[in-house]
Amino acid sequence: MTPSRKFRRIRALVWKETRQIVRDPSSIAIGAVLPLILILLFGYGLSLDVKNVPVAVVIEYPAADALELAGGFQLSPYFKPVMLRSMPPAQQLLLEHRVDGIVRIPADFPRRVAAGNADVQLIVHGGDANRARIIEGYVQGVVAVWSARLAAQGQPAALPAVGVQARLWFNEADDSRYFLVPGLIVLVMTLIGGLLTAMVMAREWERGTLESLFVTPVRSDEILLGKTIPYFALSLFGFVLCVLSAKFLFQVPLRGSMWVLLGASMLYVLIALGIGLLISSWVRNQLVASQLTMLITFMPAFMLSGFLFDLRSMPIAVRLITYVLPARYYVALLQSVFLAGDVWSVILPNTLVLALVAAALALGSRAVMHKTLA
Amino acid sequence: MNRVLESLLRILALTRKELLAVLKDRRSRLSLLIPPVVQALIFGYAATYDLNHVTYAALDRDHTAASRQLLAGLDGSGVFERVADVQRASDIKSLIDARRVLLVVQIDPEFERHLLSGGSADVQVIADGRNSNTAGTALGYITGIVQQFNAVWSGDHGAPLQPPVQIVTRAWYNPNLETRWFMIPGMIGTLTLIQTMMLTAMSVAREREQGTFDQLLVTPFRPFEIMAGKALPSMVVGTIQAGGVLLVAQLWFRIPFIGSYATLFAGLLLFLLAAVGIGLLISAVAATMQQAMLYSMLLIMPFSLLSGLTTPISSMPTTVQYMTMINPLRYAIDITRRVYLEGTSLDLLIPDLWPLALIAALTLTAASWMFSHRMQ
Repeated sequence: MTPSRKFRRIRALVWKETRQIVRDPSSIAIGAVLPLILILLFGYGLSLDVKNVPVAVVIEYPAADALELAGGFQLSPYFKPVMLRSMPPAQQLLLEHRVDGIVRIPADFPRRVAAGNADVQLIVHGGDANRARIIEGYVQGVVAVWSARLAAQGQPAALPAVGVQARLWFNEADDSRYFLVPGLIVLVMTLIGGLLTAMVMAREWERGTLESLFVTPVRSDEILLGKTIPYFALSLFGFVLCVLSAKFLFQVPLRGSMWVLLGASMLYVLIALGIGLLISSWVRNQLVASQLTMLITFMPAFMLSGFLFDLRSMPIAVRLITYVLPARYYVALLQSVFLAGDVWSVILPNTLVLALVAAALALGSRAVMHKTLA
Repeated sequence: MNRVLESLLRILALTRKELLAVLKDRRSRLSLLIPPVVQALIFGYAATYDLNHVTYAALDRDHTAASRQLLAGLDGSGVFERVADVQRASDIKSLIDARRVLLVVQIDPEFERHLLSGGSADVQVIADGRNSNTAGTALGYITGIVQQFNAVWSGDHGAPLQPPVQIVTRAWYNPNLETRWFMIPGMIGTLTLIQTMMLTAMSVAREREQGTFDQLLVTPFRPFEIMAGKALPSMVVGTIQAGGVLLVAQLWFRIPFIGSYATLFAGLLLFLLAAVGIGLLISAVAATMQQAMLYSMLLIMPFSLLSGLTTPISSMPTTVQYMTMINPLRYAIDITRRVYLEGTSLDLLIPDLWPLALIAALTLTAASWMFSHRMQ
């Protein structure tokens, strides 16, 4: 039992597995083509930025003031206004969801502007509450610009006592793609890593080819390594494709160092592969294994990782679940490394957790393999 | 007439057999019913853009009654939690970098003096933009609180004038603008899609891999009947799953259901038909279970992410918007949301219904053509 023999056995297994991958287009499809398609599709497709909002602007009496305010909506890049003269057709448009909101400038608007207490009514389609709030902010912006012009013309207009001056660090242009693309990399790697091993191992169990490996002198940890190494390389290849498209296609800045990014991602790929291994040696059935991978890795990574939704606002019971998810730590890492730089107070604790999970998974899969060998 | 009846009986027999195969085993029964309900519960809590806990740090360089009043407004909002009081601007970076705070509110010296002299003053807010959507929402909350402060301040100090134009906002269909009201009805379709589509795609692929499909072919069943027998059970399962998620939305999250159940389920049945049609087409194309699974995954991921569930379709680039037109989930989500929250009637839903019908018709025709072609 010299180390060199062990090494040769592992090398033989890796070689066998690699040739199998090269011959089977489905593994290549999962490992290299799928990440590229997904990152392209979602990188372009997902955005929370609101622009060209269709709104109905109802001018009940076409006085100069009202028309000027309505003109502000036409000039704004955020709105695509439809000008109307009365409420019923506007309400019909909102009912059919052809507009997202109605801005009503009432008939008494000019008179009340002169008196200094005019109202503009805004009805938003509240279905998508997030979007509704953004639209409300934009309407406020248009009205504020108009008020400022009024004040400049010498009309009596009080400025608000306290104004808010906001600065968005790490994402000055407020581009939602900046945080969505790093999160997408997490999603893609979670799915790819898990699927690759889950399906491959389950297939070997189903076909009984794993049992025939057991009668050879190879030991269970060698089988594990022999399986993991080629798929690890394949997933890393997919990862590099993702990072390249993030940086060059979507222009997301990479402010941290490449090495931190690569190190953390290697750990995470190991974890994703490990979860796939565990699932497949547990259920040993391709159908169930792939459904489980989807249900316990992809969906939680989508919903519970902080990629999209703020973790601090979730109720405590749900938050406790998120602590178990490796994706949570990887999302924090990627968002920081991409947008903020090498922030060690974020990198160190999160990498530590990922390393611990990876180690636990390695031991766990070894134990599962051992048990089945006995 | 007699032949139609016989055909119908054969379809029913096949449906019964398929349902038995899926539901007789307790584990597989649970695996079809539990995940959608559990996911609806957990994701219902998680999937919200509303914030109820925002940590912030205050850099108060004024230390006056006015600055304290403003910060007290934040602390008393129930949303903002002050985790640190910093003394120097240089301390801000480490707090934000380490994600200890989402925001830093900075009040400059002379804040109160500016206000008392009748002028205006600024508060500076620095936000962690690593999730710019969360940051933007939190900034919106702060603006609201500052507006309240302004109103109180003008009242107390006899401010000269109101701002010339006030905006009076009303939100239809979701008066408190809760994202949860928007997300959970959208999940009815999303959570049923995965298993309905996979179940259909797999069931034929499995029969083919195990050779039992050939046995089916030597029976008096016609290809169309076999397809119907495969489609119906999946639709039954999907309908039950959708019902489960609907119950969670109504009974657990207490989101008021405005529309009619008949309209909702009419739309959902059409959606399930389209989903099952796609599943059948996959199984007609795929040679093995593995391929069927791969194709299903390849479709389910874009279907669920580009459906308008979490990010609006109108924010997507035009080409991607066109691509979402073949996505049945996009229409299902629109239907469930509108029927659920707005009580939309069937005639207003026609723009959503005909694409679903078209998808179902095309996929089912293609699948049945491929099945009958393979048999000859």
